[in-house]
Amino acid sequence: MSFSTTMTAGSATTLADPARPRPRQRRVNWKSVAMIWGFAAPALIVYVTFVIVPVGLAAVYSFFNWNGLGPLDRFIGIDNYVRALSDPTFLKAIGNNLAIVALSLLIQGPVAIGIALLLNRPLKGRALVRTLIFVPYVLSEVVAALAFKLILQPSGPLDALLESVGLGGVTQLWLADQNVVFWTLFFVLSWKYLGFAILLMLAGLQGVPDELFEAAAIDGASWWSIQRYITLPLLGPTIRIWAFLSMIGSLQLFDMVWVLTGGGPVNATVTMATYMMQYGFQRSQLGFGSAVAVILFLISLVFALVYQRFVLRRDFAGSVTRGA
Amino acid sequence: MMNRARITRVGALAAASALAIGGLTACQSGGGESSGGDVTITWWHNSTSDPLKSLWADVASEFEADHPGVTVKVEGYQNEELQRTLIPNALRSGGGVDLFQAWGGGEIKDQVAAGYVKDISDAAADTIEAVGPVVSGWQVDGKTYGLPFQYGIEGFWYNTDLFAEAGIDAPPTTLDELYTAIDKLKAAGITPIAVGAGDKWPAAHYWYNFALKSCSPDTLKEAQSQLVFDDPCFVEAGELLQEFIDSEPFQDGFLATSAQQGAGSSAGMLATGKAAMELMGHWNPGVMGGILKDDAGQDDATPPEFLGWFNFPGIDGTAGDPTAALGGGDGFACAQWAPDECVELLEYIESEDVQSRFGEIGAGIPVLPAAASSITDPNLQQVLEGLQSASYVQLWLDTAYGPTVGGAMNDGIVALFGGQGTPEDIVKAMQDAAATL
Repeated sequence: MSFSTTMTAGSATTLADPARPRPRQRRVNWKSVAMIWGFAAPALIVYVTFVIVPVGLAAVYSFFNWNGLGPLDRFIGIDNYVRALSDPTFLKAIGNNLAIVALSLLIQGPVAIGIALLLNRPLKGRALVRTLIFVPYVLSEVVAALAFKLILQPSGPLDALLESVGLGGVTQLWLADQNVVFWTLFFVLSWKYLGFAILLMLAGLQGVPDELFEAAAIDGASWWSIQRYITLPLLGPTIRIWAFLSMIGSLQLFDMVWVLTGGGPVNATVTMATYMMQYGFQRSQLGFGSAVAVILFLISLVFALVYQRFVLRRDFAGSVTRGA
Repeated sequence: MMNRARITRVGALAAASALAIGGLTACQSGGGESSGGDVTITWWHNSTSDPLKSLWADVASEFEADHPGVTVKVEGYQNEELQRTLIPNALRSGGGVDLFQAWGGGEIKDQVAAGYVKDISDAAADTIEAVGPVVSGWQVDGKTYGLPFQYGIEGFWYNTDLFAEAGIDAPPTTLDELYTAIDKLKAAGITPIAVGAGDKWPAAHYWYNFALKSCSPDTLKEAQSQLVFDDPCFVEAGELLQEFIDSEPFQDGFLATSAQQGAGSSAGMLATGKAAMELMGHWNPGVMGGILKDDAGQDDATPPEFLGWFNFPGIDGTAGDPTAALGGGDGFACAQWAPDECVELLEYIESEDVQSRFGEIGAGIPVLPAAASSITDPNLQQVLEGLQSASYVQLWLDTAYGPTVGGAMNDGIVALFGGQGTPEDIVKAMQDAAATL
């Protein structure tokens, strides 16, 4: 949600830019104004109707005790927020989201960069390997979750595989053990999204000019030095954008968890979004659920703004930040 | 094998939730087409497998044939998705469904209070009278808003072959006998009980049954109407459950097992001989037949031959009525904006013809007394006998207490299954949830 806000803000600024160099010109160019609105209106209308208005409505609902049926007539102030933030289960959900953010950045990032570096070298069957790595990302999240649910069930295919290679001792109740299930979930998420990270990194690597490598090679730099001092710095913008997408995705994580574990067992894999679904919809407390939605929105927004302000500033220079 | 239709539905649910995450927009639309012209009735029920799914499809086309100009769009959805997400969303948006599954109790009360349900007291007066006293769960303040098409009680469905193999001569009638049976099954290397705790409610039903045995009917009635859970019998129910869980009667990984989907579910384990018992409602033979057909390669949806049924055993020295039973029914209600033909369709569903066919296919227990003789399945005959001999029938507690208290109760019970929390925590969670209403 907040990501699309950024994009719209960015393009709006860009659209307004051509007018700026000639501020003294008084006559309004109606033709160009009409054109700007003509092109922007359809997207704006859809955006306002389906993003801005619902966010506003959720904010309104969050101050009411409302079960979704009948009129909004029981205003309770910030009680819903107090209740959410003092519920250990919701605090656990926030903790789980933050843990997934951290693990994604610390584990998925380096692994993706490493694999992208390998795949960027001349390699037999490279196209095939690249395709295979990207397949999980193309699969629908629900399909992937259902498939893993079958694979990971007790005495299921994974356990059978482990036993057949003599690793029967390491089998676990992958989805039912409250101490294991979080790591199972993280593994499935990594399987699903690593391909996307690798694809981004590969695309970033294409943008590194060959001349730099040639010059470094002439200077006698080793492969490792080339990666460390040329490739990684030049891959910086790609890595920072990937980290941003990964963070926001991790904070709003829902589909995979909902289908794979439902947030369980006993809230072991609860996330802010599954908590909202469970308490808002399943328990018919839409006012409370809206308060949770607003908290989730604010957390994502703070992450997005802070990250853009301090990390992405250089990359966005000129589009969002008026070219500092 | 994965069920294609189910994937689509989960996808639709996920998409709907994604939209809902931003907030909730309600657009008033549709409904209320006048009689005479072309009319479409959208009918949502919870039967995703045969034989019941086909019966409803047949009923819809027969109704269309008898009523020119009427189109019936009939669709079966997974029970919890339908109850907790699809129907509330449709009612809130004021359209999209005309005839919908109604579970009675606290839920229909809320829907009626918000003005979403059609009063059928006059339009269907004859049918209401024919169905009899079980309609009360679908009545609010003396007016009728829905009609059950089946009503039954739950108990243990068991595998008679595995019981024989373990040397158990007769189904247990007391809790002590049940413990003995569990020990014998374990000694024979058989998983005694399958429970679909991943879906929460199947696990919660153990606590409901213990509460039914530890609390007197008066306490339960008061709890239902006032949402008061002060009586120590509710804590006692948790203590009885704790003891039961500690005897480790369930399959490995039960916390992640679903109840009804596929051969790995608890119903699937019982149907394929991987577990000896499952505590479940009267619909279980139908569910097991469907799984055997869809997931185990059986030609038709016949329930397993080895099935037997016994009521939840009594417990010595408790306040509960020993013959009390826990049950519930499935019904349908017409939305406020539904065309008049919706009530006619509902009455057709309650007709002796359809009710008898419902009994014949063994999907459950028809509510129409005139159709009771149609039950040929010996297990359902046993359930009917248990229902008729019960001095007190308590509606499923989560249905009776409504989604807010019911949800908190179920989560508290599942936590106990997962080794977290205490019997007192369950009651406290219920009281806290009731305080937020």
